[in-house]
Amino acid sequence: MKIVVCVKFAPDSTAPRKFSSDDTVDRVSVDGILSELDENAVEEALKIRESAASDAEVVVLTMGPEQARTAITKTLQMGADAGVHVVDDAIHGSDSIASSRVLAAALERTGFDLAVCGMASTDGGMSVVPAMLAERLGVPQLTMASEVKVDGTAVTIRRDGEVATETVEATMPLVLSVTDAANEPRYPSFKGIMAAKKKPVEELTLGDLGVDAGEVGSAAAWTTVESIEERPARTAGTIVTDDGTGADQLVAFLAERKFV
Amino acid sequence: MRLTEDHHDFRSSVRHFVDTVVNPHVDEWEHDGAFPAHDLFPKAAAVGLLGIEYDPAYGGLGADHSFQLVACEELGRLRSAGVGMAIGVQSMMATPSLAELGTDAQKTEFLAPAIAGTAVAAIAVTEPDTGSDVARLRTRARRDGDDWVISGRKTFITNGTQADWICLLARTSDEGGYKGISQILVPTTTPGFSVSRRLTKLGNHASDTAELVFDDVRVPVANTIGEVGRGFQQQMQQFVVERMYAAYVTVGQCDRALEQTRRFALERTVFGGPLASKQYVAFRLAELQAQVDLLRSHNRQTCEARIAGEDITRMASVAKLTAGRLVREVADTCLQFHGGMGYVEETWTSRFFRDARLASIGGGADEVMLQVLARLDGLPA
Ligand SMILES: Cc1cc2nc3c(=O)[nH]c(=O)nc-3n(C[C@H](O)[C@H](O)[C@H](O)COP(=O)(O)OP(=O)(O)OC[C@H]3O[C@@H](n4cnc5c(N)ncnc54)[C@H](O)[C@@H]3O)c2cc1C
Ligand SMILES: Cc1cc2nc3c(=O)[nH]c(=O)nc-3n(C[C@H](O)[C@H](O)[C@H](O)COP(=O)(O)OP(=O)(O)OC[C@H]3O[C@@H](n4cnc5c(N)ncnc54)[C@H](O)[C@@H]3O)c2cc1C
Repeated sequence: MKIVVCVKFAPDSTAPRKFSSDDTVDRVSVDGILSELDENAVEEALKIRESAASDAEVVVLTMGPEQARTAITKTLQMGADAGVHVVDDAIHGSDSIASSRVLAAALERTGFDLAVCGMASTDGGMSVVPAMLAERLGVPQLTMASEVKVDGTAVTIRRDGEVATETVEATMPLVLSVTDAANEPRYPSFKGIMAAKKKPVEELTLGDLGVDAGEVGSAAAWTTVESIEERPARTAGTIVTDDGTGADQLVAFLAERKFV
Repeated sequence: MRLTEDHHDFRSSVRHFVDTVVNPHVDEWEHDGAFPAHDLFPKAAAVGLLGIEYDPAYGGLGADHSFQLVACEELGRLRSAGVGMAIGVQSMMATPSLAELGTDAQKTEFLAPAIAGTAVAAIAVTEPDTGSDVARLRTRARRDGDDWVISGRKTFITNGTQADWICLLARTSDEGGYKGISQILVPTTTPGFSVSRRLTKLGNHASDTAELVFDDVRVPVANTIGEVGRGFQQQMQQFVVERMYAAYVTVGQCDRALEQTRRFALERTVFGGPLASKQYVAFRLAELQAQVDLLRSHNRQTCEARIAGEDITRMASVAKLTAGRLVREVADTCLQFHGGMGYVEETWTSRFFRDARLASIGGGADEVMLQVLARLDGLPA
């Protein structure tokens, strides 16, 4: 079985966010890491490999700048077998549609039984790439899984929704996305760190994937960011001193803002 | 010595272990007076913490001593020195002699499970009547055929109530002094072994410390580590590693304490400005950090010398002495600058202050380090 995990290199979500001069998220001058939610995707893939009846391989796929290699390294340290890094200057500024185009092409190239994604990136946070991949690849999608069971080529997931819990089943090949409730990601052990150095990472360009540079990047994006403004600084709140009319003042405050 | 990307990655794994697996539970363990070693050690083993320098044939990592240094610096960031010490006992105090001099059978039976974290180890040297003066120990192992029959008492033994086996230092002949002492592996399930008391202490509350009784405990002579009669010398070498644990962990402890105190001093207002704007406060914190930096450099140099196979007795003694004094001063100063808040139990400074006191006593008191150094300098101490 071949499991390909799509992971994103995202700015460290604990650090302040920055934008570049072209209104894209700054991924170069800030510390980037493996998007935390993708650790769950890697963990799920490793668990599936470990409990697989026959030989299984976990390949990690990322699209991103040179520095994105650190995200791949981290997953190899966790236990993935190999990495594929799509790196090409033309990719800069790609929207989710273009990203899914490139990733789908890469998935077609590597081949897969299971393509595993996280529930959302920690920077863009749109949660759409898994569905777009399934659509482009013409395979079923099992998204937002908080529990995954694999039996041969059959995959069953539990999806915990707002109003209902669904059980969804599909047959490989398919695209799976897992939530952070699915598992507890492992951390690299010393052995994992050492072993990662010997694992292969393939670098691919758009040319290698047969994707035209005109299909990706900011120019091809379906939306344009016209401008970005910093969120205004928080203003001091209103302090209500209770002189016996405190409750009335609170109600008036809320009513004025149409909360009550 | 330059640390590489590998050290950096290993450091973040250990830090993650400390932050997510250990720190969330230490308050509870401190309160209980012990941490669950059989539950925690397998998790520590999964990160690779319990056999960093040991032979991969027994589950070790086969890495060099510099990774031990990195691991200890991170264990220093643990919010309870007791848990770090217990891990240190397992990996750097009770097992080095066994790993270096043990037979294959001994290593299979005792070292492999210690590295895997499935067996808890303890080191028993100190006795009610003697600690610093190891050559005066009285616990006696008498030979009966192929067995040792052991009688005596040990005290202040870390991991003592939870240990599965003990690296025991006992007298195996009547020669007296440092002669005729041996290191013997004793499974705690052996009849005649008992824990007579769990000791309540000033600090290191999460670490269990016990008084042990050996009443005609019979173990095979084959459980002797290295050479019969050379236990004193072997233990002195084992102590060298133990002292480096203390020195390395101190750097992590002090870094973390000073970091937190700097943050506090920037936020706390006194007399119309941040506490850190008082020159006295800023200078004290800067000076202590400088001393920590010096210890860090000395540690790295010692580490390098050990990797090169040099005798590091002197460097390790300098490191241990410096560390013991420095961590106490840092703990005292950090508490002081937190004012009344520093003295209450809910602030980390209280526990750190209590825990730090042990550093100048355990693993060889400051005066014992000074005695070693004075003698190396040719003085009749
Ligand atoms: C929390 C804790 C955990 C411990 N864990 C272990 C363990 O796992 N295994 C183990 O074997 N032991 C352990 N010990 C024991 C520890 O190693 C001893 O307490 C230490 O070596 C000092 O020995 P002692 O207590 O017998 O003090 P003594 O040897 O009686 O010394 C008392 C004091 O005399 C001074 N002194 C000693 N020698 C000299 C000298 N030559 N010149 C001048 N002054 C001197 C020092 O100030 C010393 O503190 C532990 C102790 C504690 C408190
Ligand atoms: C057991 C206990 C009992 C107490 N009982 C009482 C009580 O009965 N009544 C009462 O009013 N208070 C009481 N206190 C509080 C005590 O008086 C304060 O802790 C003390 O005055 C320090 O003030 P602070 O805690 O606000 O520290 P801060 O004012 O924040 O100062 C923190 C630290 O900064 C340093 N510092 C402060 N000012 C300066 C300066 N100008 N230059 C350089 N360094 C400075 C000191 O090291 C100080 O400890 C008690 C405290 C304790 C621990």
